[in-house]
Parts: sequence; C-alpha cells; structure tokens
Amino acid sequence: MITAKVKHSQSLQTAKSGRKIRAKNAAIGWSFVLVAALMICVFYFYPMIQALIMSFQTGNGANLSFTGFDNYVRLFKDPTFLTTVKNTVIYLIIQVPIMILLALFLSVLLNNKSLKLKGLFRTAIFLPCVTSLVAYSVIFKYLFGQDGIINIMLMKVSLISEPIQWLTDPFWAKIAIIIAITWRWTGYNMIFYLSALQNVDESIYEAAKIDGASPVQQFFKITIPMLKPIILFTSITSTIGTLQLFDEVMNITKGGPGNATMTISQYIYNLSFKYTPDFGYAATVSYAIVIMIVIFSIIQFKVAGDKNE
Amino acid sequence: MSNLKRIFSYTVLIIASIVSIFPFLWMIVSSTNKSIDVTKGKLLPGSHFIENLHNLLDTVDLVPALINSAKISIITTILGLLIASLAGYGFEIFRSKSKDFVFNFLLLSMMIPFAALMVPLFRMFGNISQKLPMIGIDTLSAVILPTVTTAFLIFFFRQSTKMFPKEILEAGRIDGLSELGLFLRIYVPTMKTTYAAGAIITFMASWNSYLWPLVILQSPEKQTIPLLISNLGSSYSPDFGMNMTAIVIATLPVALIFFIMQKHFVAGMMGSVK
Repeated sequence: MITAKVKHSQSLQTAKSGRKIRAKNAAIGWSFVLVAALMICVFYFYPMIQALIMSFQTGNGANLSFTGFDNYVRLFKDPTFLTTVKNTVIYLIIQVPIMILLALFLSVLLNNKSLKLKGLFRTAIFLPCVTSLVAYSVIFKYLFGQDGIINIMLMKVSLISEPIQWLTDPFWAKIAIIIAITWRWTGYNMIFYLSALQNVDESIYEAAKIDGASPVQQFFKITIPMLKPIILFTSITSTIGTLQLFDEVMNITKGGPGNATMTISQYIYNLSFKYTPDFGYAATVSYAIVIMIVIFSIIQFKVAGDKNE
Repeated sequence: MSNLKRIFSYTVLIIASIVSIFPFLWMIVSSTNKSIDVTKGKLLPGSHFIENLHNLLDTVDLVPALINSAKISIITTILGLLIASLAGYGFEIFRSKSKDFVFNFLLLSMMIPFAALMVPLFRMFGNISQKLPMIGIDTLSAVILPTVTTAFLIFFFRQSTKMFPKEILEAGRIDGLSELGLFLRIYVPTMKTTYAAGAIITFMASWNSYLWPLVILQSPEKQTIPLLISNLGSSYSPDFGMNMTAIVIATLPVALIFFIMQKHFVAGMMGSVK
C-alpha cells in the first residue's frame, strides 16, 4: 500500500527510503488493529493464563495458595463434576444431531422452488432465534410446569392420563431442556443450510431422479455430502454452545431436581459465587470445558475429513 | 412435485411454524390474562394487560432496568463496532504475514468458553475496584469492558472488507486525506450495510447477555432486563400474567429491531461463514 504522492517521488529515491515507507505503512496498519488486539489480550488471553495458574491453587475467596495437581485429582473423584459432565454430554449427543437433522430437513423442504408462502414459513421458524435466552427459558419453564399448558393440552387429547413431572423428574427435566434448546436454535441452523442449498446445482437432483433415487436417498447421498462444510461449521458452533450451556438450565430447572440437569458452566458458577467461593477449583473445572471443546472440535474435523476421501 | 409430496411438505412446515410461534402467542395472550386464567390454560386474549403492567411497575424496577440495559447495549454496540471495524480494516488493507499471524491468534479467543473467563475476570475487576471503583465490580462499565471486543466481529469486518474496492483509497490519498480520514470518510460510509449487520448482532447479544451481568452486578438498581426477568421467573408463586407482561416488554424492542433489519441480520450470520 503505497500512496500516489510517494509513488511519484519514489522513482527519484533509493531503495532505502522505500523500506522506510513500508515500515511507516506497517506502523499505520498496526495502529488500526492495536486497540482490538490489546482488548482481546487483556480480557481473553490474560484471564485464561490467570485461570490456568488458579487451577493449581486452593483457598477461600481471594487468598489462594499453590497445591500442585490436587484440584485435578479432585476433579475425577468429584461426583457433582462427573454428573455435570454426564449431563452436558447427554445434551450434546442427543440434542445437536436431532437439531441439525431437523434443520436440514426443514431447509430441504423450504428450498423447493414451487413452494408457496416460503417467506412466511422461513420467518416463523427463524423467529425463536430473536428471543433472549433468559426470556424463552422462563416461558418454557411455565409451558412445562406441573399445571402448565403442555400438560393441559396433552391431557385434553388424552395422550397422557396424569401430568408429566417435566421439571421435577430427572428424566423429563432433561427432555424439557433438550426440547427448549432445539426450539431456540433449529431455525438458526436452518438459515445456514438454506443459503448453502441455494448454491447447489439443481441438475444433480434431476440426474439422481432419473437414476431412480428416492427422496430419502437424495437427502442422505446428495444433500448431506454437498453441505458438509456448513454442517461441520454449525456442529462445531453448536458443540461449543452446548458445552457452555448455562442460561437455559439456570432458568428452567436451576440444575435440579438434585443435580439432574446441572451443566458444567453452572457448576463453575456455583463453585465461585453460590457455595463458599473456591476460585481455584472452579478454574480447574473451567479448564475441563476448554479441553472438551478442543477434543470435540478435533473429533468433528476428523469425522468430516475422513468422509472426504 | 407430486400431490402427496406437496401435502407432506406443507403439513411439516405448518406444524414447524406453529410450534415455533406458539410460545410467542402464548406469551402475548398470557400477558393480557389474569394469573389464574393462565394456569387454567386459557388461550384467548383477555383484558388485563394494563392491570398486569400496573402490578409489574409496582413490584419491580422495570424502567431503571430498561435504562440500564439500553445504556449497556448502545455503548457496547457503538464501541464494539468502532474497535472491530478499525481492526478488520487494518488487518485486510495493511495485510502482512505478521498481521495474519496476530489475526489467527486473536481468532483463538472464540474457542474460549465464557465460563472459563468469569472467575479470573471477576477477580480482575475486584482488584480494579480498589483503585478505580468507577469501573470496578457493580458498575455498568464492568459489564461493557470485557464483552465489547469480540474476535467474531473483527473476523466479520475483515471478511466484509475483502469486497471493499481498495482503489477508492488511492483516490482519497491523492486528495490528501489522512489514513484515519480515509477510514472515516470513505470506508465507513461505503460499508453501511456491514455496520448495520454488525450493529444488530452486537446489540442483540448485549441486550440478552445474562451470565456476566449476573456475576458482576450486585445492587438491585444496577440490574439489567435479563436479570430482572430471571428473578421474576424464579419466584415460587409466580404471577403468570404479570411475568408474561415483563417478558413481552423485554423481548419487544429486540423483536422490533429484528423485523426492521431482518435482511441485515441474516446477511450478518452468513458473513461469518463466507
């Protein structure tokens, strides 16, 4: 990036001043990115290093002292931590695939050229994404209440004879959380697939039809492979999101009954701000999430990469 | 399309749409009904909205919470867009190997879960409190500072800058504009739609953010809308009509912005995967 004025005079000058100009331009460039880079370092990377140090410390509140690997040993013996990992993984392996398949399915239906009212359907299904996590969680808490509207409707159509304990039964509470998250995020993922589908060549489907491929075959043999990059992207973002799940569980079930729906993030919150503050151990638990995010992302890249061959 | 397939498509899409919209309708209808009617499963609009609103204003500090949330979201959006667009511009226009490295390094911050940051951040603001209580724990600044710069927004602006016609900048230089002048007078006006998309994403994220304000804000008069809703929602004998009214008021501004700027919002989402 050399200015025109400079270009004019440059022909008269030596290569040395050319280098000076390049250095000046580089300095200008750095000054543009400086604030952002500093902010990210101060509010993301520096705290991460702090957390790493704290994960080897123990103590109450602000007074911490080093204990070596004690916190990490405690991690594997801590039943609450193991429960929260189990819960989070259950949400992950059940909710993410259901949501992604549902979003893909809806986007394929919406991508049909002869479909009417397309905009209306798309807006309706995308609408949940504009609600705040807290607001929709409270709404779902009421929907799934003991005498909530879901139970009332299910009983009216005689699907059940007595109300389901959505929020107080360990099994149904998990189901309620999974339904809530799926409601909130399916439309969001659908929009990604829809725009990717618009770039897929129609003639591939025509050829498949001539070869006698059923719609189901077309979906699994053409649509999914064609959209693989975007599916990978959305499944990684969904995984990262699910591993950090907090707002929903906090507001729908508070982690209960017992610890049946508690997530890792909520456990970190409780360790730091609800129980007697144990910042050191909370930091150790938070590194468990970091490690899980890295592992799951690598697995997803590997799975997607293998199919590529 | 065969008839059977058409019927199937419409049925599925209509069911999906009803399921998506139902909680909204129920929320709006319930905000006009008495609590007792909500628990009876009444699905028709009533006439108690004003009464619910009165109860709400008497029970909680709704207006201060709205003002707090508005302050935080507006400042976060303006500062966030400024910082991220300067950086996105800098990384793309003044491209170099070392800057690409720094850029990729900054992107790593997107992988960091907030749960891992909240404890060290809380301690950090605890230390700041002792010297600068103005930006310490329990201040709106403390809510804004850690969340105002996101790698996502920098990435988003850099991706969009790839389309920016760089020749215009040369013309501007000939006219004697300074480097900052080029950015403010040429880049910013050209990239209006990118700013619109960035603004709506940032505003919504900030308006809805829950965990960090929950950690850092302590006094009731500082609380934001999500904290207020969460408190209302956790009461043991909730007034459903009143709480639904609160949720309607909390979600309305964002839903409105969304409808006005729907195209930009979707464009913003797509910008992140280009």
